[in-house]
Order: sequence, then C-alpha cells, then structure tokens
Amino acid sequence: MEIAVISGKGGTGKSSISAAFATLNHEVVLADCDVDAANLYLLFYPSIDKEEIYVAGHKAVIDYDLCTGCGYCIDFCRFEAISHNNSRVEISEVSCDGCFLCHRICPEHAINMIPNNKSRLYAGSFRNGKMVYGRLAPGEENSGKLVNMVREEARKLSKEIGVETIILDGPPGIGCPVISTITGVDKVVIVTESTISGLSDLKRTIGIVDKFRLKAFVVINKYDLNKSVCRQIETWCKRNGIIIAGKIPFNEQMVEAMVNGKTIIEFNKNHEISSSIKSIWNKILNYN
Amino acid sequence: MIKIAIASGKGGTGKTFVATNIFHTLIQNNYSSILVDCDAEAPNAIAFFDNKVFTGKDEVFQMVPVIDTEKCTFCSKCHEYCNYNAIFIIPPSKIINVIEDLCHGCGACSVACEYGAITESPVSLGMVSRYNLNGEAAMIEARMNIGVMSPVPVIKSALKQINEQAGVAILDSPPGTSCPFIQTVAKADYIILVTEPTPFGLSDLRQSVETLKTMGKPFGTIINRAGLGNNQVVEYLWKEKIQLLLEIPFKKDIAKMHSRGELVSAKDNFFARQLTEVIDNIIRENGNSCYQR
Repeated sequence: MEIAVISGKGGTGKSSISAAFATLNHEVVLADCDVDAANLYLLFYPSIDKEEIYVAGHKAVIDYDLCTGCGYCIDFCRFEAISHNNSRVEISEVSCDGCFLCHRICPEHAINMIPNNKSRLYAGSFRNGKMVYGRLAPGEENSGKLVNMVREEARKLSKEIGVETIILDGPPGIGCPVISTITGVDKVVIVTESTISGLSDLKRTIGIVDKFRLKAFVVINKYDLNKSVCRQIETWCKRNGIIIAGKIPFNEQMVEAMVNGKTIIEFNKNHEISSSIKSIWNKILNYN
Repeated sequence: MIKIAIASGKGGTGKTFVATNIFHTLIQNNYSSILVDCDAEAPNAIAFFDNKVFTGKDEVFQMVPVIDTEKCTFCSKCHEYCNYNAIFIIPPSKIINVIEDLCHGCGACSVACEYGAITESPVSLGMVSRYNLNGEAAMIEARMNIGVMSPVPVIKSALKQINEQAGVAILDSPPGTSCPFIQTVAKADYIILVTEPTPFGLSDLRQSVETLKTMGKPFGTIINRAGLGNNQVVEYLWKEKIQLLLEIPFKKDIAKMHSRGELVSAKDNFFARQLTEVIDNIIRENGNSCYQR
C-alpha cells in the first residue's frame, strides 16, 4: 500500500508527520519525494547502499571555435534563451529548456548539449526499514522523473523485504513533482494548517487529487493557531465530501523532536500529538 | 528600479509573510512599489490586501502540436526531434498521438516535419492578474492552472509585466532551488532568504546559498520563528559570513494574525520599523536611483 503525504502549501508539517507515520510502524519503506528539498535523511541518517546518477535534461552550450555568430538559432528558440550580445551569440543557462532544437538546426554544428548529471538517487536502510530519497541539483528541472525513480526503487525494496507499507513524503505545490508523487498511490494525505493560505492551497491540492480520482484524507496541523479558519476548513471539507483524518495542535515539542533528530513518536510517545498522529494513521489505514 | 526576491529552500518558512509585510511597509513609506507573487503553484500573497482593485488579466498559453494524419507519413522525425517524449508513434499501425502534458512547446516537431503535417494550437497554462492599491498599479499574481506540469511559463510572463513601472519590486518566490526558483531570482537584484532555525531549515538554506553563490547574486537572510529550534542556523551564517538582516521572534500572536490574513506590520510599529530599516539598507547598498514617489 502506497500512502502519499502532500500539502500544497509548504511548511505545514508534511515531513514531520510522514516521519512520525514511519516510526509508528515496525517496518516500512519510506520514500522522500521532495527531491528539491529532501529533509527526511536528516532525521534518519539512512545507510547509502545504492547511489544512482539522474540526468535532469541538458543545457545548450556554444562552441565559439565553430560559431560564426550568424544568429540563425535565435529565432528558433521559444524560450528566449539565445540572444545577440554585439556580434556574439549567447545562450542563457537559466532560460535554456534543453529542447535540442538549436543544436539540431545550427548550420555550423556549433551547439553542444551538455547533460545535467549532478542529481542523485540514494537508497539504504534506516531504523524502521528501508529509505529512498532523491537530491535534485540546484537549478535543475524538477520534471517528476527523479520522483518516479525514487518511487520505483521504493516499490522494488518493498517487494525485496516483504514490507507492504510505502510512505511517500511529497513536495509542496501542485505541479509535476506532486503529480508524479501521487499518480497511482492508494491513499493521499493532505496536511494543511489553519491559515487562510493553508485553506486556499488545500482547495488547489484537492483539485489535483480529484483530477487523478484518488482517495484523499485531510489532516489539519497547528489547528489551534486559528480555530475560526480551522472551522472554515472543516466546513469546506464536509461540504465537499472530503474526509478529515484528524487535527493536530501546535506544540513546540514537534520542533524539539526534530532538533534532537527524532520524530515526535520517538521523542515523546505519550504526548498528545503522538496520540493524534497514531489515531490519524489508523483511520487512514483502516479506511476502505 | 530594484527587484528584491523573497525566497527560501524550505517551504513554509514565511516567504509570503515577509514579502507582504515588506511590501506594505514600502507603501506606507511612500515608495513606488509593486508586489509580484511568483509562487504560481500556491499563490497566496494577494489575499493579504483587502482594498485591492482588480485591473486586468492575461492568460498564458503554450503552443502544442496538432498532427494532420492525412498529411503525416509516419516518418517519425518529429518523434526523434522531441526531447520530452511527447509524441507517441507506432508507424506500422499508423498511430501518432501528442501527449500534451509532456509537451514543452519548444516547436522542434514543427521544424522536423517535412510534410506540413504539424500545426500548433494554444493551450492555457494559467493566468497573470493585475491589481491596483490606492489607484496605483501595485500587485501582479502568477497563477498556474490546476493540472499543469510546470509553473515556469506563467512565472516568466508575470515577471515580464513588471515593466519598470515602479521603483521597488518585491518578488514572492516559489520554494525550492529548481527551475521556478531560478527563474524568479535570476530577475532579482537582491535576494532575501527566509529561513527557520531548525535542522530542515538549515539544510534547505545551505542549498539556496550554494545556488545563489553560483549565480553570483547578492543576498542576505531573515530568520523567522527565532527562539524555536536551535542555534545552528546562526552559527552557519556566522561561519559563512552571510548577512543576517533580521530575526523575527516566534510569537503565537504573530502566527495568529498572519493566519487570519492580516498584515502584522500594519499593527506592530516596531516590526514595521525593523522592516523599513532592512529594506532601506538593501536599497542603499544595491540600488541605483531614487525610489520614492
């Protein structure tokens, strides 16, 4: 069973809650799909049994020994990445999308495509099972392909060790990496918070989850920061037939646990938050 | 004009909180300024301003290929040219399909086709909306459509609309350090990285710092929710000689006001003065002309 934890808005507590879920169970496979800002390894220090290079597209680079400065490529580029700087043709690394078109049409064959190969996938063991995570090199395109690699590896490991539960800690937003995280999972947990931004992003996140016809469960984190917005979220969910798996109060122990390199469950298993997380997990797991 | 991006590697550190409050302070201090919400996947900045007046919007499109199967010879050249695997073709069965979700609109397939079988049609990616405050152009919002893969084209379009129409532009950046972040900060003269004093915050801050150093962009940091977590972020900033512009203490009443969609700087004069000082210093050290009305 694959369970993805996402949020729309960043910083609502996805990773802390995913990590807590992972330590409730005897053994799980944990996949950190937030490859742009991977953090779970900081809590779990998994062994690195496997490291794989991920090529995140290409960048066009001009060979100035061959370039005649004709500028033929400029009009072909839809990303406005190529321009004339006096008589010199230049490609902006930031704007280049790596589509290869300039490389293909250059009459002098003066444009080379250089692979972006600094991103990595890691897999290994941690104290509650196996863990897979990706690290996208800064500035590279988060197309969701690295997320797919992470998920494939997680599924492979789950078969290998005979552990059914795969927990996916997703990225913020609603774009490609999020879509790659939730496609085909069994259940989606959306962690929101009781702020107007949290509610606005929750609506957009439900939009994307609905598009893929997935079963969604909402967790309202830090619900007591603003009880009136919390009620708004609850009313909205009820009206739209969305299950609220539970509410978690704000408590500094959540941060203290992280600072101590532990999940809240490991840090204080009898804490009010730990009990809520336990009951949320059971509700999600047992819902058919 | 000077463009200042508010960014962070980790989500939820308080980018929008800082961006909206700085913008509000700038307006109070009579700076000609504009706020651009570049977080097209989760845009929230505009909601903090009740007295805004909607003035117009532009839809952002991408061109995707349409294949005329009458003219197509199933030569597969378009498929070879497409670097995004967006053209699915089985020549023996005369099947050819465009997978629009994978298409980046680069136009390579149109160039590839020698039989005039490919035309292009626009597909909507999102919307760029404009708002006035007190009769002046004040806010631009990039909002990606739900289900679209990349926010980058919508962000680019919003940034273009700034058009030098104000003295100071505040860019509320998307989280992370990948493409959407790069597109936003590439256009900025200075970047404020908002972080929080936790291990997750530090790890993502490090990555943002490395990226901005590689890009050669000037930047400083604001620590939000100071007092929670530990001292590792401060120690890191000190060791790396990175400017700490401001520490915003963790207070439940700040969190509560922000959660209601209120501007803390509108009520807390001390906070407003702190932001004014931060922004005045940045403008003095990185700007190049006069910004006040």
